[in-house]
Amino acid sequence: MRVTVTVNGAERTAEVEPRLLLIHLLRDHLGLTGSHWGCDTSNCGACVVLLDGKPVKSCTVLAAMADGHRVRTVEDLERDGRLDPVQEGFARCHGLQCGFCTPGMMLTASWLLDHDPDPSPAAIREALSGQVCRCTGYENIVRAVRWAAARRGAGPR
Amino acid sequence: MSGAAGGPAGAAAERPLPAAGRKEDARFIRGRGRFLDDITLPGMLHGAILRSPLAHARIASVDTAAARAHPMVEAVITGDMLAERGLAWMPTLSADTQAVLATDKVRFQGQEVAFVVARDRYAARDALELISVEYEPLPPVTDARRALDPDAPVIRDDQPGRADNRVFDWSAGDLAATEAAFAAADVVVTQEMHYPRSHPAPLETCGAIADADPVTGRLTLWSTTQAPHAHRTLYAMITGLPEHKIRVISPDIGGGFGNKVPVYPGYLCAIAGSMLTRRPVKWTEDRSENLMSTTFARDYHMRGQIAADADGTILAVRASVLADHGAFNGAAQPSKYPAGFFHVLTGSYDLRAAYCQVTGVYTNKAPGGVAYSCSFRVTEAVYLIERLVDLLARELGADPAELRMRNLLRPEQFPYRSATGLRYDSGDYPRALRKAMQIAGYAELRAEQARRRERGELMGIGVSCFTEAVGAGPRKHMDILGLGMADGADLRVHPTGTATLSVSCQTQGQGHETTFAQIVAAELGLSPDDVDVVHGDTDRTPFGLGTYGSRSTAVSGAAAAVAARRVRERARLVAAAMLEVDPEDLEWADGAWRVRGDPEQARRIAEIAMAAHSGLELPDGVEGHLDASAVYDPPDLTFPFGAYICVTDVDPGTGEVRVRRFVAVDDCGVRINPAIVEGQIHRGLADGIGIALMQAIAFDADGNCLSGSFMDYLLPTSVECPSPELGMTVTPSPHHPLGAKGIGESATVGAPAAVVNSVMDALAPLGVRHADMPLTPAAVWRAIKGCPIRPGPIGG
Repeated sequence: MRVTVTVNGAERTAEVEPRLLLIHLLRDHLGLTGSHWGCDTSNCGACVVLLDGKPVKSCTVLAAMADGHRVRTVEDLERDGRLDPVQEGFARCHGLQCGFCTPGMMLTASWLLDHDPDPSPAAIREALSGQVCRCTGYENIVRAVRWAAARRGAGPR
Repeated sequence: MSGAAGGPAGAAAERPLPAAGRKEDARFIRGRGRFLDDITLPGMLHGAILRSPLAHARIASVDTAAARAHPMVEAVITGDMLAERGLAWMPTLSADTQAVLATDKVRFQGQEVAFVVARDRYAARDALELISVEYEPLPPVTDARRALDPDAPVIRDDQPGRADNRVFDWSAGDLAATEAAFAAADVVVTQEMHYPRSHPAPLETCGAIADADPVTGRLTLWSTTQAPHAHRTLYAMITGLPEHKIRVISPDIGGGFGNKVPVYPGYLCAIAGSMLTRRPVKWTEDRSENLMSTTFARDYHMRGQIAADADGTILAVRASVLADHGAFNGAAQPSKYPAGFFHVLTGSYDLRAAYCQVTGVYTNKAPGGVAYSCSFRVTEAVYLIERLVDLLARELGADPAELRMRNLLRPEQFPYRSATGLRYDSGDYPRALRKAMQIAGYAELRAEQARRRERGELMGIGVSCFTEAVGAGPRKHMDILGLGMADGADLRVHPTGTATLSVSCQTQGQGHETTFAQIVAAELGLSPDDVDVVHGDTDRTPFGLGTYGSRSTAVSGAAAAVAARRVRERARLVAAAMLEVDPEDLEWADGAWRVRGDPEQARRIAEIAMAAHSGLELPDGVEGHLDASAVYDPPDLTFPFGAYICVTDVDPGTGEVRVRRFVAVDDCGVRINPAIVEGQIHRGLADGIGIALMQAIAFDADGNCLSGSFMDYLLPTSVECPSPELGMTVTPSPHHPLGAKGIGESATVGAPAAVVNSVMDALAPLGVRHADMPLTPAAVWRAIKGCPIRPGPIGG
C-alpha cells in the first residue's frame, strides 16, 4: 500500500506492506536512523517520535496509521544550525551516555516543555516514566530538561 | 611495560575538559550516532534465528524445504550444514564450547536452531515459521540445586565421558585457619541467600553485519562487541580464516554492561550466511531474544557465615556457593578464576581468615555467568559480606554503621593482603563511611526511624561498604583463552601538533573519546579538542582485551598515559636540539619543555612536532616523528571502594518499597572527568535499585523463561530512581600511572546490598531477617507475612 506522511515538514510517500511499523518506515525506508528500536512492547521508548505533535512509540504504530499525519523525529530538532534547548541541555548536563535512548527522551522532553514551560523535577520524571534509560539513572536527564526549560524561558539568544 | 611509569605524579594535575563538553554528544543529540542497525551495505541481506521452544530436547529432524521455497529467502542454514564446515560449535570465552546452531540437542529455551537469510527483515521472520523441527522432549534441569543429583539428566552429553552437570569446583582462602577462627568465635551468623539471575538488558540489543568478500578473502564484521580484538582472534580460531584477513568493527554501541562481551551464535550465523550467499548479511536480535538467549548475570546460591567476638570484632567469613552457569559456560573471565574475583568476599574488613568454595553447574537455561557490571563476581561477594555484616549487627544488637566502622580496614594497613590473597592497593575506608553518614545525617535518620516505628511505619536505613577488584591484569595471572589481559595504545602526533590516539578498549557510552583525549592532552600540554580517539576497529587500533570489569581507565587509560609520556620524552630530545641545550637541562612545566632557570626559553609540543618532521638535524633517539606506542600490563588489580546509605519506606499493606534517598560516597582514585564519573555512579545506583527490587530472569519448572520481555523483566524508570546524593574521597592507586582505579561498576556492585539492608532494616520490627532479591511488593508482603521464601520457581 502507499502511505504519505509529512516527516519533519516534508511530504514523503512510500510503497509499504500494511504490517510495516512506523519505526521501520522511518529507519529502513526513509533513512532516518536517529529514532531507535529497543523492545517491541512499548516499554522502552527508544522509538518515540512526535505524531501530530504528541509522543508515540513508533514500534507499535503502523506506518499505515501515520498516513496523512505529521511525524517529527530527532533529526528535526536542530533548525538552521541552531540546536533546540533540549539538545543543548542534554549535552551540557551529561544527560546521555550511550545515546541510544536520547532521541526519544529529547522528543518527549520537548513535548513536555511545550505544555509545561517550567516543569518540576517530579513532573519531568512523570513525563519520562514511559521510557527507559540504562545509562544515566535519569538524574542528569532531569537536570537537562530543567536546563532546557530555563533556556527556553530566557527567550531566544 | 609493567609498573607505574612515572608513578602517580601529576595525579592532581588539572585536566581541561573539551570546549564543547563530551566529544561524543554532538552526534548523539542530533540523531547522528551510527549504531549497528543504522548501517546498510549495498546488496545486504537480513538474517533471523529460529530458536528452540523447549529447554531440553533431542532434535529428531529439521525440515527447511518450505522456508527455502519462500520467494524472498536466499539461504537457510542448519546445524548440520555448519557441522560439515566445522562451525557447529564454538569456543566460549571460558574455554567451554557452545553450539552455534544445535545439531544433537537443544539445551535451553531460546537456543539457536536454524538461520534464515532473506531479502528483508520481515521476510526472514516469516520464513522462520516455515521451518519444521521435530523435538523429542527430555526432562530439564531448571533448579541448580538439583543439577548434581545422581539421577539428574546430563545436559552436556556432547562432552565425551561426561556423567554429571558439574562445570567446576574452585576454592580460595585457608580452610583450616577459617575453621579455627569460627571455632574460637563467640558469635556465628549463617544465612542462605540467592543472588537471582539478572540480565544487563542494554537498550540496543546485540547484532552483527558480516561481509565476507569472496575475492579478497577478507571478512569484515560490524558487531555489538565490547572486545573487538578478542573476538577477532576467536573468529580466526573458529573459522580458520587468517586473522589478518578479519576486521572487526564495533560502531556506536547502545549500552553494554557486560552483555556484549561474549561471542554469540548470531554473529557466527551472520558470518556463515555471508560466506554462503557471498553478500553482506545483517542479523539483529529482538528484545525477547536478547533477554532469553544472551548472557545473564549472577544466579548464585550462596550460604554465608560470619564469625565474631562478642564485642563485635569480626574474625572470619566463609561461603559455599552453587553457581548456575546455564547450558554452556559462556562466562567471560580470567581463565584461572572460574568464579571471577569472588574471593574478594572479605570485603572492606580486617579479617583473620576467610574461605570460599564455589561449584559451577550446568542447567537448562541460557548460557553465561558473568555480565552486568559485576567486576567478575565482585557483586555477589559484596552482597554476601554486606548482608552478613548486617545480620551480625542484628545478632549483636549493634548499629550496622558502627559495627562496620569498628571493623573497617584502617588506612595504615595498605597495601593490604587479604585473607584470600588479594593485594588491596590503597584506601581510607573509615573516611568514606564517615562522609556518607555525614551527608545522610545518619544520627537524625535513626532518630526519625525510631519516631516512625512508634507510629507503625516501616522505614529502613541500609549501609553498604564495598571494595571492588577491577582493572584485570596482570597478564601473567590473567588471560582469556590464553590472551593475556593487557591493552595497547598508539599515539600519533601530527606535524601541526594535533594528535590521534588509538586504543584497544571500546566505549558503550562511558565517554572514552572524551576521557582518553583528556589524558593525552594533559600529558602533552594540548587541548583535548586537539586529540581524537580511535577505538572499536581492529584494523585501526592496537591489540587489547577490551572494555569490561571496569578496565578502560584502569588499563587502557594507563596505556594512553604511558604512550603520551613516551612522546613527551622524545619531544624533550627534539626540544633540546631546537634550543641547543642538553636534554637534562630541560624540565616539563606548564605544558612545555623549558630550560631550567630560564623558563621563557621553551618549546611546546606543536612546535616540537613540526620540528621533528622538518629538516632539523634530529638527535640520537629520534627517528623522525614523535609517535609512540605502549602496552600496559597492569602490575595488579585496583581496588575502588565506597560507602553507600539507602533510605527506604515500605508500605506495610502492599509491600511496596520506595527508595527515598540514596547517599553514595565513592573513591575510584583520581577522577579524570568528574562529570562522567558521576554519570557512571548514577547509572549503577539505578542498577542497584532495579536488581534489588524488580529485575530477575525467572523460569518455570519446564525451563520456560518467564522474563522474556520488558513487560515481565522490569527495569527501573525515572519514577523509581531517587535523585542521588553523591560524595567523594580520592585515594590514588599507587601503581596506576594516573592514580586512577576505575568506576564503571562500583555502584552496581555496592548498591544492591544497601537497598536490601535498608528494606530488611525497615522490616526488622516485624521480625524479618532476610528475604531474597528481587524485593518486589509480593516478595516483601510474603516476608511481612512470615513466609520469606517464595513458593514456586527460583528467581521468580
